[in-house]
Amino acid sequence: MKERIRNFFRYRYLLWELVKKGIKLKYRRSYLGILWSLLEPLLTMVVLTFIFGTLLGHNEKTFAVYVLSGRLLYSFFSMATNSALRSVRGNAAMIKKVYVPKYLYPLSGILFNYVIFLLSLIILAVVSLVQGVYPTWRTLEMVIPLILLLLFSFGVGMILATVGVFFRDMEYLWNVALMLVMYTCAIFYYPDGLMKSGKGWVLKINPLYSIISCFRDTLFGDPMNMKMLLYAGVSSLVVVVFGVWIFYKKQDEFILHI
Amino acid sequence: MGNIIKVDNVSMKFNLSQEKVDSIKEYVIKFLKREIQYNEFWALKNISFNMQKGERLGILGLNGAGKSTLLKVIAGVFKPTEGKVERHGVLAPMLELGAGFDMQYTGAENIYLYGSVLGYSKAFIEERFDEIVAFSELKEFIDVPLKNYSSGMRARLGFSIATIVEPDILILDEVLSVGDAKFRKKSEKKVMDMFDKGVTVLFVSHSLEQVERLCNKAMILEHGKMLEYGDISKVAETYRKIIE
Repeated sequence: MKERIRNFFRYRYLLWELVKKGIKLKYRRSYLGILWSLLEPLLTMVVLTFIFGTLLGHNEKTFAVYVLSGRLLYSFFSMATNSALRSVRGNAAMIKKVYVPKYLYPLSGILFNYVIFLLSLIILAVVSLVQGVYPTWRTLEMVIPLILLLLFSFGVGMILATVGVFFRDMEYLWNVALMLVMYTCAIFYYPDGLMKSGKGWVLKINPLYSIISCFRDTLFGDPMNMKMLLYAGVSSLVVVVFGVWIFYKKQDEFILHI
Repeated sequence: MGNIIKVDNVSMKFNLSQEKVDSIKEYVIKFLKREIQYNEFWALKNISFNMQKGERLGILGLNGAGKSTLLKVIAGVFKPTEGKVERHGVLAPMLELGAGFDMQYTGAENIYLYGSVLGYSKAFIEERFDEIVAFSELKEFIDVPLKNYSSGMRARLGFSIATIVEPDILILDEVLSVGDAKFRKKSEKKVMDMFDKGVTVLFVSHSLEQVERLCNKAMILEHGKMLEYGDISKVAETYRKIIE
């Protein structure tokens, strides 16, 4: 254990370098560079608000904020888990040649997406102010769902990274699964209708929905739903523990399969 | 004086499945039909030896004898299937120079990246940055993306970064043939300087002459087994008989 911690500190600079590399290379050679991390969600929001707001009749002023917040959190989860899923296989050449603690590959992918995600929250702040959603002291509580989101994505990412080594199909399967996750996150519709119809469980069993819902509560200045917060917290903890455990159990076999 | 490297009964097994089963569908079908078979292949079998400080061990053997696998096990890239490896001190693995280079990154960025892959700290790289650039003789190309480098230039940069530390253990896998004749001479001199400082060396080369010149101990590997281990003169003699 002591050895592990010492190793972590020895390689923390590499972790930082890998995170930096992800950010730098993502936008290198595009004219607007890192601005895309702000523009892209903004443009998507415009599209989603137009389709679900104007065409399907959600005329509330805050609908754009509602859509954007859900979409930002979901797309971080989707990008982060996808990058973790590919991380081990994608770095096969390096893993075969030089010793580096293997958790760095999924972890760095998740962290670099997290940094871009945090940056894109600037856009959410701007849109909120424009639409009349002003910060309250509850906005500070936003930190809690943001941390849970990172933990949950890390846990799921570690599981996927492990499975992805042994089964290539996982990349395709996961994209289908992500679609299910997306539709059960209530990103571009209000959950009230589903809840009333007795089919609310499809949202409630999705931990990401709970995280997004807590995040929206803090954003709109409401108290967080304690039941959802508890569910989000417990499921994040469970996937992190399970993800780290399975990754450590299997990591020595990775090299035989990539 | 304790052992710097202790290799204790190390074996390394690879599964060479005839067809690689890496999709769930195939796996399920084959599992149900009980068709999953692996050809077990032992790349290393029961290897044991110890090395003291300052010893320089040449590893001889034909292609596929397990030389590189052994070095990778000692460097920690592979975890042995059985047995244990103990190491003490700073290790400079020169197995494949530039593993971890990013082609889109410039030379300068790659110095930081590859340095961190080798476990250097940021302060250390900053301090030695100029020295690395000077040794690689790539000053005017240092801000050019690596994909525009020739393979020789990449190898020079890799060598310069990997040798900037003062290691206790040096692992060399055919790397003394890097770059052009001039750079080769320079790199050999750099390695020789490390030898003079009493570094412990593991060296793989196909050139028996080079091994005899650089090493004081040697081992012969054949199909993953250790045929002989001892002083260079004796082992070189046996090896000459094998290859003739």
